[in-house]
Amino acid sequence: MTATAARTEHPAPQRHRHIPGEAGLWVFLLGDMIMFSVFFGFVAVLHGRQPRMFRASQQALHPDLGLLNTLLLLIASALVARGLRQLRSGGPARTLPWALLCALGFAAVKGVEYALVIHDGHTPSSNDFFMYYFVFTGIHLAHLAIGIGALTFLIVLSRRPAPSRGRLLAAEGAAAYWHMVDLLWLVLFPLFYLVA
Amino acid sequence: MWVFPVLVLATLSSWLLGIEGSTSTLIGCAVVAIALVKVRLVGLHFMELRDAPAALRGAFEVYVVATGATLLSLYVFL
Repeated sequence: MTATAARTEHPAPQRHRHIPGEAGLWVFLLGDMIMFSVFFGFVAVLHGRQPRMFRASQQALHPDLGLLNTLLLLIASALVARGLRQLRSGGPARTLPWALLCALGFAAVKGVEYALVIHDGHTPSSNDFFMYYFVFTGIHLAHLAIGIGALTFLIVLSRRPAPSRGRLLAAEGAAAYWHMVDLLWLVLFPLFYLVA
Repeated sequence: MWVFPVLVLATLSSWLLGIEGSTSTLIGCAVVAIALVKVRLVGLHFMELRDAPAALRGAFEVYVVATGATLLSLYVFL
């Protein structure tokens, strides 16, 4: 038997292609991500045009809190990914409440940092850096609030026996939304806190 | 799963690079590049786009490359 014949008789298994969640949701997610890319561009342009003001303003932020928040979102994303796999296999998704706790932790830490920055006399009207910082991280925080709703929905879904195909699609969509919240912060964090 | 530890290590690496406060363009570009690699890992593995149809995965890959190229160009040339 030739190698070609063997390949014909035992073809390599086809990888199953699957859209996580509803297809229409991805138009929204990619659109949202593109909108944030425009925000990232604004920050990079400000950095290039007013480097001294950018660097001086950046000193008022708290990179240790930014790092803590990044780790909280990464942990939450890993827990959501695991929870979705558990949900698909019909088992209890015990990791999801911990992911929700990480999300609430992010919001609390962000609130503390806003309070510290404002206490030091910096507000959105101080300069362009702080305007961008408060507006863009504020819009991200609003996305996180919706993400907390998505995680709550996932937890409720995980407590029902054997979710239907439609509910699983909704769960995949909620998880994808959460991961987008994480993904956007992964760029916002270095642009505001780390690139001097 | 290897993705999570890689994401944490990449985060700590970029934090250590950035926390020094270096104004080097190379350091800044390295921090941005690490961020975009992390974005791609989250998209492909956590969002499960590596198993998505080619059009959706391709749209995401184009997004990562376009965002990364734009940001790096702005940091290098402005």
